[in-house]
Amino acid sequence: MHIPDGYLSPVTDGVMLAVAAPFWTVALKKVRRTLNQRTVPVLALFSAFSFVTMMFNVPLPGGTTAHAVGGTLLAIVLGPWAAVVGISVVLGIQALFFGDGGLLAFGANCFNMAIVLPLVGYFVYKVVSGGSEASSTRRLFGAVAGGYLAINAAALFTAVELGLQPLLFYAADGTPLYAPYNLATALPSVMAGHLLVAGPVEALVTGLVVLYLQRSHSTLLQTGESSKGEGRRWALWGALAALAMATPIGLLASGTAWGEWGLEELKTLGLGFIPQGLQKIEGWWPAPLPDYGFPRMGAVIGYIMSAFVGMGLIIFLLLMGGRWLMRKNTSRMGLPVSRNASE
Amino acid sequence: MKSEGFLSRNIAGFSQALESVIAADDLSRQPGLLQGLDSRTKAASFLLLVVTAGLLRNLVLLGGLFAISLVLVYLSKISLTFFLKRVLLFIPLFTAVVAIPALFTTPGTSLWYIGSHVSITQQGLLSAAFLLVRVTDSLSLGILLVLTTRWTDLLAALRWFRLPALIVSIVGMTYRYIFLFLHTANNIFMARRSRTIARFSGAANRHWLAPVLAVTLAKSQHLGEEVYLAMLAHGYSGEIVTLDDLQACGRDFLWLAATLVIVITLLWVNYL
Repeated sequence: MHIPDGYLSPVTDGVMLAVAAPFWTVALKKVRRTLNQRTVPVLALFSAFSFVTMMFNVPLPGGTTAHAVGGTLLAIVLGPWAAVVGISVVLGIQALFFGDGGLLAFGANCFNMAIVLPLVGYFVYKVVSGGSEASSTRRLFGAVAGGYLAINAAALFTAVELGLQPLLFYAADGTPLYAPYNLATALPSVMAGHLLVAGPVEALVTGLVVLYLQRSHSTLLQTGESSKGEGRRWALWGALAALAMATPIGLLASGTAWGEWGLEELKTLGLGFIPQGLQKIEGWWPAPLPDYGFPRMGAVIGYIMSAFVGMGLIIFLLLMGGRWLMRKNTSRMGLPVSRNASE
Repeated sequence: MKSEGFLSRNIAGFSQALESVIAADDLSRQPGLLQGLDSRTKAASFLLLVVTAGLLRNLVLLGGLFAISLVLVYLSKISLTFFLKRVLLFIPLFTAVVAIPALFTTPGTSLWYIGSHVSITQQGLLSAAFLLVRVTDSLSLGILLVLTTRWTDLLAALRWFRLPALIVSIVGMTYRYIFLFLHTANNIFMARRSRTIARFSGAANRHWLAPVLAVTLAKSQHLGEEVYLAMLAHGYSGEIVTLDDLQACGRDFLWLAATLVIVITLLWVNYL
């Protein structure tokens, strides 16, 4: 799944780096808070472990061998944010010293394998296992399901990034300049391998190791535990992502929402005239994603992408607004305190 | 799955990784053009060249960039066969296989018909060539940088580029401990192979592998704690102090200027 340089345009590389950056900031902050001075040695040792695990050939039924990523396992044992940092470090070393995964594609590779993978894996593990005992079968199921879904989620993002290239970057005669397959080809070909082979391998390895840990090192399964409130927050983020994935249901509905008619539709609705004011202001704002779609992209994918872009914008604005309000409040609350102090 | 094959394949993988790093370390200590340059200017210039490889939209110019990297290989006294083997053997070969269907599936002007319906299109041929040459260019530049730079210098350069000290220390320490774990893993597999006379089924091997992974994981946690205590004993207070004794001289500025000239010329010829 490591994307080498040359498959993605430098623009995509830049965008993916920018998308990954806030996750790294949050992850580092969380990790430093929990590990404190231990951050460097503990994460370094786990990253080294993770690097070597990725090299293990796992025997498969049928006589071949395959590699596992082990990202979900790391997230279960270390907690999701430590896994984000750990796998990013591994990907950095692989790209820099072993030529595995591009230098420019580092952001994209990290987003898929070091961010989406452990976060999805941990989320599924948490939801399935609920508040069950460390040694319960539910936890084992959670780990297996997490391993399977996480690597497939990572593969889905990889396929979308690759599949967008010929739609966005092509020469005047239509020659694709980077990865040549569009979404219709990239999605099934990348996903088939992961749904049928890589997914089961990851699920198998995660499951077997968690089973062993349950029997003989159950304390390790409690290190990555988070508080109850945090579990709820995870469920909220998961629900939001699921809702975005469900947006194409909107395509099934025919007609336009009541009161959201365009000028053409107003005419067909039987309105004899178009109010002048409406006529004047229609079209003054050229929407960047008209009709919730991206140019040259299928309706469903475009719809999902629009959902993510829209949600991202709203969350970003809310976070910035919230932070601004918090700062305003604390500075207001801070005033009397300083006055008291000077008295 | 024959157990012999599975164990040997793993052992071969571990030794290959170790060998490639040792070879790179040896080469980075030899005298040569790139080995003599400051790691910061080298890292910056190679990044610039890789970005250029991403931006160029002309096959001849992309080929020219590959030729430049081969000239640099020669001037850095690296064996050309060693370099080509290392660059071309895996990723470009894989890319070539990946790109084959694109010859037929990319819509455009048909060049050759195979049968009556399937044809190789001009656009398909060009896009496959773009992908292959671009991948080879970027990879050869990346590998050239690693082969000619000591890893401690590369980390110091990253530090100089304002990567947080915390990250640089984690990367540095991870790199060091990778070898310990590779060595441990190698020993585990060697021990298993030396004691194996029967052939085990794939399922048996998988069940053997799970505890290996789990115990190594537990070991890494334990070792992390021990290393932390050792660091504390040496006076570590959570503050990261680095010793960056990098020094750039006239030769480095000359190299940087040469890279800029190459990059600007390539982009200028391509876009103007």
